[in-house]
Amino acid sequence: MQNITYNETINENLKESILKALGEVMDPEIPNLSIVDLGIVTIIEATENGTYIELTPTFAGCPALRVIESNVMDKLMENGFTNPEVKTTFHTAWNSNRISEKGREVLKKHGLAPPPKEGLIELTVLSETPCPFCNSRNTTLKSPFGATLCRTMHYCNNCLQGFEGFKPVV
Amino acid sequence: MNISEKGFFAIKEMLYKIADDQLILGHRNSEWTGLGPVLEEDIAFSSMAQDKIGHSLAMYEILSQMGESDPDTIAFMRNDDQFHCCHLVEYPIGEYEFSLMRHFFFDMAEAIRFEMLANSTFEPLAMVARKIKGEIKYHTMHAQIWINQLGAATEESNLRMQKALNETFPLALGIFEPGTHEEILAEEGIFEGEKALQDKWLQLVTPILEKAGLQVPSISSITPSYGGRFGSHTPHLQPMLEEMTEVFRIDPSAEW
Repeated sequence: MQNITYNETINENLKESILKALGEVMDPEIPNLSIVDLGIVTIIEATENGTYIELTPTFAGCPALRVIESNVMDKLMENGFTNPEVKTTFHTAWNSNRISEKGREVLKKHGLAPPPKEGLIELTVLSETPCPFCNSRNTTLKSPFGATLCRTMHYCNNCLQGFEGFKPVV
Repeated sequence: MNISEKGFFAIKEMLYKIADDQLILGHRNSEWTGLGPVLEEDIAFSSMAQDKIGHSLAMYEILSQMGESDPDTIAFMRNDDQFHCCHLVEYPIGEYEFSLMRHFFFDMAEAIRFEMLANSTFEPLAMVARKIKGEIKYHTMHAQIWINQLGAATEESNLRMQKALNETFPLALGIFEPGTHEEILAEEGIFEGEKALQDKWLQLVTPILEKAGLQVPSISSITPSYGGRFGSHTPHLQPMLEEMTEVFRIDPSAEW
């Protein structure tokens, strides 16, 4: 999985089972998108003393942070991991290229245009965001803000529908 | 590079003013929720409110780790003379062009400030700055779109934007009121200083405003609105604080 740091002594089985458990924790605002695919898991450490998970926020003001932390705690306990601890820090800054390929597909199915991979936050890039419904690039940026902090609003001139995009962040 | 005891003191002073600006402007932005001139603008100002308050929380958390109170206590239990925000952010939202011009001036400064702080020797701040500077790009993009459109749209829009510019400019210069520890911050590589920030800001905003058909007053002819950084505020701040903290103060120990 992308860009996760593990402790040296972790074994493959344990790694897989923690990843599987975290893969079942969903973003509260985008059901079906796991926090692993969203790329906010930065550190996984499992020793005989306990299990430590570090997360990084997509947006500093995201109100879902505390909910995600507590959902991770619940999931770890439910799966019997010892002494679980979850922390959110800025040590590794999240950027939209941390979203996995699977995550990008999930966004698209949800009607949200995945963030352009160039990662450039410029009007020219955002103005051509491909429509998640018909893939046309003949789209218009309606607003760099949307229903949640991580979304933009667009309109597709080809299939004549409004759609939302997931903000690129570098 | 190790930061001295004086350096830590200077950092605290700086963090308070950055965080207070974000909290107060965040709250002011939220006053557009439900009142924006079009739905997209209502959402834009509401989103920026949420971002700003989130950014202030990140700053108050650093302060908390440095031995200050917890973020909620800092945010909700002080009176106006204990706040270090600049006058620009205190003013009521006014007409839409006032809020837009304030948003443009403030966020352009904020974007440069966090670019500078991303290289700070004080790593806990540098880390947060590297994150925030990416988010602020959406704020400056939004501001520039409207400055461009309304500056040159019609005679009325141009006049109103120019009037808003003239009103906010002295207030905006108050963002850069020097602190008492500017030299220490610069010497220890923590922050280059308010003067450097103001110079960069002026270089950045002037061509954008001129291109939009607006006149930028000569800086030497303007008296900046200073005092906010040292707890001397406009009469607008205290009533806003009373409203903002009303629920918290009913029961500060309540679990949310």
